[in-house]
Amino acid sequence: MDRRLERILPKVQKPARYVGGEYNAVMKDKADVDVRFAFCFPDTYEIGMSNLGFRILYGVMNDMPGVWCERVFAPWTDMEAELRGNGIPLFALESGDSVADFDIIGFSVGYEMAYTAMLNMLDLAGLPLRSADRPGLSPLVVAGGTAMYNAEPVADFIDLALIGEGEDQLPELIELYRRAKKEGWDKPRFLRAACRIGGVYVPSLYDVTYHKDGTIAAITPLDGAPERVYKRVVHDMDKSYYPARTIVPSTEIVHDRVTLEVFRGCIRGCRFCQAGYVYRPVRNRSVDQLIQYGQEAVRDSGYQEMTLASLSTSDYPGLVRLCDGLSAFCEDHHVNLSLPSLRADNFSMELMQRLQNGRKAGLTFAPEAGTQRLRDAINKNVTEDELTESLKTAFSGGWNSVKLYFMLGLPTETDEDVLGIAEIAKHAVHTWREYASNKNRGLRITVSTSWFVPKPFTAFQWEAQISREEYERRVKLLREAITAKAVTYNWHDGDTSFLEAILARGDRRLCKVLETAFRKGAKLDAWSDCFDLNRWLEAFAECGLDPAFYANRERSRDEIMPWSVISCYVSDQYLWHQRELAYRSVTTPDCRTQCGGCGASCVEGGECYRG
Amino acid sequence: MGKLRLFFVKEGRAAYISHLDLLRTFQRVFLREGIVLRHSQGFHPHPIISFAMPLPVGQESDCEILDFETNGDIDTAALPARLNSGMPEGIAALACAEPVLPVRELAALSCKVDLLYDSCVPSGAAEKIAALLGGGSVVIQKRTKHKSLADVDIRPMIRDLRLEEAPGVLRLYAVVSAQNPGLNPALLAAAVEKYLPELSPDFVRVRRLAVLDGSGASFR
Repeated sequence: MDRRLERILPKVQKPARYVGGEYNAVMKDKADVDVRFAFCFPDTYEIGMSNLGFRILYGVMNDMPGVWCERVFAPWTDMEAELRGNGIPLFALESGDSVADFDIIGFSVGYEMAYTAMLNMLDLAGLPLRSADRPGLSPLVVAGGTAMYNAEPVADFIDLALIGEGEDQLPELIELYRRAKKEGWDKPRFLRAACRIGGVYVPSLYDVTYHKDGTIAAITPLDGAPERVYKRVVHDMDKSYYPARTIVPSTEIVHDRVTLEVFRGCIRGCRFCQAGYVYRPVRNRSVDQLIQYGQEAVRDSGYQEMTLASLSTSDYPGLVRLCDGLSAFCEDHHVNLSLPSLRADNFSMELMQRLQNGRKAGLTFAPEAGTQRLRDAINKNVTEDELTESLKTAFSGGWNSVKLYFMLGLPTETDEDVLGIAEIAKHAVHTWREYASNKNRGLRITVSTSWFVPKPFTAFQWEAQISREEYERRVKLLREAITAKAVTYNWHDGDTSFLEAILARGDRRLCKVLETAFRKGAKLDAWSDCFDLNRWLEAFAECGLDPAFYANRERSRDEIMPWSVISCYVSDQYLWHQRELAYRSVTTPDCRTQCGGCGASCVEGGECYRG
Repeated sequence: MGKLRLFFVKEGRAAYISHLDLLRTFQRVFLREGIVLRHSQGFHPHPIISFAMPLPVGQESDCEILDFETNGDIDTAALPARLNSGMPEGIAALACAEPVLPVRELAALSCKVDLLYDSCVPSGAAEKIAALLGGGSVVIQKRTKHKSLADVDIRPMIRDLRLEEAPGVLRLYAVVSAQNPGLNPALLAAAVEKYLPELSPDFVRVRRLAVLDGSGASFR
């Protein structure tokens, strides 16, 4: 171990996060390696190691001969201070080598609030933040993940973005880099070649001009860069890599269990949900393969918890068969099988009861909106009757703790919709009084609201986020309407959601705001104890930009969106149509019932949903 | 099968795995080999597994002890190699056997405390430190079980001490009481810092070398 590291570890909290050496961490002989990839997660170890996509790509890359992918996480503030104070550059966990010495530095970026952590990690590595200030081919700085569907706020910092799923695309990029390194290409030549790989977006190859009012006038591709960059997807889940043998951290992480990804995409089409649109089309893994992977993963890891992951697990066609197929094995090995992301319908409730074996963990439902009208508008096709039925089943089955999630500030929301949330909570209390099997244990209902953030590639991408004052008024309205003692009301901190709304639909002029906020100390904005909106407001003022222009302005149909070079195959026409339906509170059937013609089928060459 | 005792090394990167994390890690290491630990019979069954003397985070050891019980029969001779195939880096099982003595008879720890000096070991340091730790009383602040600080004379807990000087490092080979009360060897360095501040080292490394019973023989 590095002598300097040894000296600082006794001074920081949870030092096990910074040393690596876990079971199944991949070690390679540097003599056999010609491409070294520093896989950076712009958040802490506990968060990053809980990310399945990160584990998949770690496995995919390390399966490539001659490639060594190592992990790098954002240090917590105490560790950062020690690193900086002792002049130790950011290092990778496996080899302990400095990140700046790697060939490729790749960020996995799932959410906008991680942007400043990316900058902080580049800075801790001792690298210039801006792509233009890193003239050499290496280290090449790339970024992928859901947040990169709009990479503009970080366009000046990264050399390229990887759009969509990385299983096939990342190896193609690495092979191109290997060739470029061997043949001594310079960075511009490499980037011109890289933009021909499907799903690779090179921001510096696009010139952006603006109207006087600040909206975008034109985005012009340069040097033969493609007019549109289409996301990459894995076509056949059964042939795609699954990390059955994966790192088992020696310290506790957030999702400390086996995660089985049952399918990608979602048939539901909730109009606010970015994941629901960008991960189309739905692709299932077969039941038999999942059973085999589940058993292999439990045997290899020693985990005694397994979870079935997807955007909406009740929609997996083989769910009952899968649970039946795993139950004997799970019982034999004392493995607890859990199913998050279940819908509030009776089928799911029965399944839950069967799996829980008497244990009554908390139940969570996400009706998202307080009235049927608004639920129809957002296409969250859950009725109050269905919710009541589920609650009946839950309370009579012995559950006494329920969480209900909602959003405030959804398009078309009125005070009636806000008060509808309190009504739902009240009904839940009534249902409990009527059906609870054991009233002695009391009832706990938690109502949580978040502040709606309009996201790119959704039906609501043109919407304004409601103002801060209006959001706070609605919180107060709801708070005063919730009177039952059994109901606790939590609301989401407004500062974070406001910044998220700015960054989610930002253009590349935000790069200088990001850099300014970072210089003012923004570095772990996803953590409320590190986040300070004032830093950002100051940065906006210094850069002469208006946050409300990004967050609180309704955009017109013909406005060029900052991310319009990128395509997730779902057409703008479809999204606009969905928005119009929302304003008429007309629902759209799920993809399995009827194809809505969103455009995602192009990716599969015609037919979209099979099975 | 009844009670078993595993001896293992914990060093390098694994020195930073905390006590609770190590418990979890071992539970999984056994499961990776398909070995089912015996569980308590309570409302929330937990595996019967315990460390004889929890090792402070950051210290290394050649002589850690894990006591456990299994349901089925186990080839104890083959067990260390089996477990080692599923260990994190820095943990290595050495031997497994039925316990000879109960943990309460673990009397002393043989350990090595390295006082590192970045420039060089100050002249006369070895003599002064030997005199301090071999003298009358050495009172330092120690955290009690109730998390408060108390002044404790650690001199009676030091059973043997030998010093060795090498370039940049002064090695304290000590035998200290293991329990009732026990002495964390790191406190030997703390004593130097308190009584001989001019000899404060730049860094301290601690390693347990052996566990001993009341007669000074290897604890088994």
